[in-house]
Amino acid sequence: MSFTATFAEAFALIVSLDARVAEIVLLSIQVSGTAVVLGTFIGLPLGAMLAIGRWPGQQVGTVLVNALMGAPAVVIGVIVYLLLSRSGPFGHFGLLFSPTAMVIAQTVLVIPLMAAIARQVVEDAWQRYAEELRVMRFSWWHSLTTLLYDCRHSLLVAVLAGLGRAMSEVGAVMIVGGNIDGVTRVMTTAIALETSKGDLPLAIALGLVLISVILILNTIAHLMRAWAMKRYG
Amino acid sequence: MFPVTLSGVRFQPNGRTVLDGVDLELHDEGITLVMGPNGAGKSVLLRTLCGLIEPSAGSLKWAGGARPEQGVMMVFQHPMMIRASVLENASLGLKPLGVSGAERRRRAAEILERVALADRAQESARHLSGGEQQRLALARAWLTRPRLLLLDEPTAALDPSATAEVERIIREIRTDGTRIVMTTHNLGQATRLGDDVIFMSAGRVREHTPVQRFFARPASEEARLFIQGELPWRMPL
Repeated sequence: MSFTATFAEAFALIVSLDARVAEIVLLSIQVSGTAVVLGTFIGLPLGAMLAIGRWPGQQVGTVLVNALMGAPAVVIGVIVYLLLSRSGPFGHFGLLFSPTAMVIAQTVLVIPLMAAIARQVVEDAWQRYAEELRVMRFSWWHSLTTLLYDCRHSLLVAVLAGLGRAMSEVGAVMIVGGNIDGVTRVMTTAIALETSKGDLPLAIALGLVLISVILILNTIAHLMRAWAMKRYG
Repeated sequence: MFPVTLSGVRFQPNGRTVLDGVDLELHDEGITLVMGPNGAGKSVLLRTLCGLIEPSAGSLKWAGGARPEQGVMMVFQHPMMIRASVLENASLGLKPLGVSGAERRRRAAEILERVALADRAQESARHLSGGEQQRLALARAWLTRPRLLLLDEPTAALDPSATAEVERIIREIRTDGTRIVMTTHNLGQATRLGDDVIFMSAGRVREHTPVQRFFARPASEEARLFIQGELPWRMPL
């Protein structure tokens, strides 16, 4: 099949809202979306905790978060696999090869990235505001929530980075999800599989959707941030 | 809480002397102006009173025991404005006091009336002018009903009308029963607002005297030259 014909067929699959494509896209968005929401609730406060105040283990935590930011997805996948496998500590939950396992793996994957970005953003604000927050007798918790609120627009970058990492990774979800058709097959694992099988139109259709989803979400986030910066300075 | 007594207070970060044996007593009423050349230690004195700086030596004693947890506030030259509305920024000081959100908003709306910012309550605080931001910072501090309010050059870089508005608010806060200590380089402001002047140079309090006497008969030669606008502390290189 020629290059042009492959793309034409890929577009046809998208335009016709092919059931297979739709199913895979929806599952991808569900898995990565849930992982990013969980990552936001864990990673951003964790980053803020590392940014403000001084507590035992803070330096170690910062180094660890920075190091894990670039951890290969397959390594995270193997660790989560071991934890969820029948002989692992969480084996009795029977989560392996389920979308829940994929959410767990992607959450573990995005937390260090989101925390590292949040730490940098919040630390800059903390350096500017620390004295006044101390004068107002802000507790550690009040300082943390106030800084997260103040930096909320900049922290969109952390959320987007997490989303990008979750949606584009293939190693972790392949290992803990198993790429089971109709159950745990997401865009990245499907692209890898269909390419190896030679079904390039489906792989390209999914690739185009993947890029489009990331592009649309980035555009929305960019517009929201631009609006917020104009509104709040 | 008053009098606040500083005895031989020194602050020497990295071996550099910033406060050099400050002796001072502050009683419970009035507006004290802290004056002196740049680098005299004025802002550091305020930070020490506020508890942001721990003296290297000497003592700071509050009547009745330890420094009160609440009751001392400070407004900085460039006050913090979080990315939120004027109303939210005004109510910020009440957050650690356990006041409910609705009550915080109600009280903040009231105080914004008093600093003439009520009509801008829903606007972003970061879009206010320098003078308006300073008024908002004063409102935020005032809302917590401090017994001692420390102001670090609150009118620096403000135009005369913005300065006049800030001075009006400072007088109102004082009338409300708050003791005020503020730094300024503005000699006119000292005569308009001050009850007494602390004159500092090189980390020391050179004199602490009523404002009229300070301008009429300054006790130290340095103060006299400062009032005349000469700069004796600028040594030729």
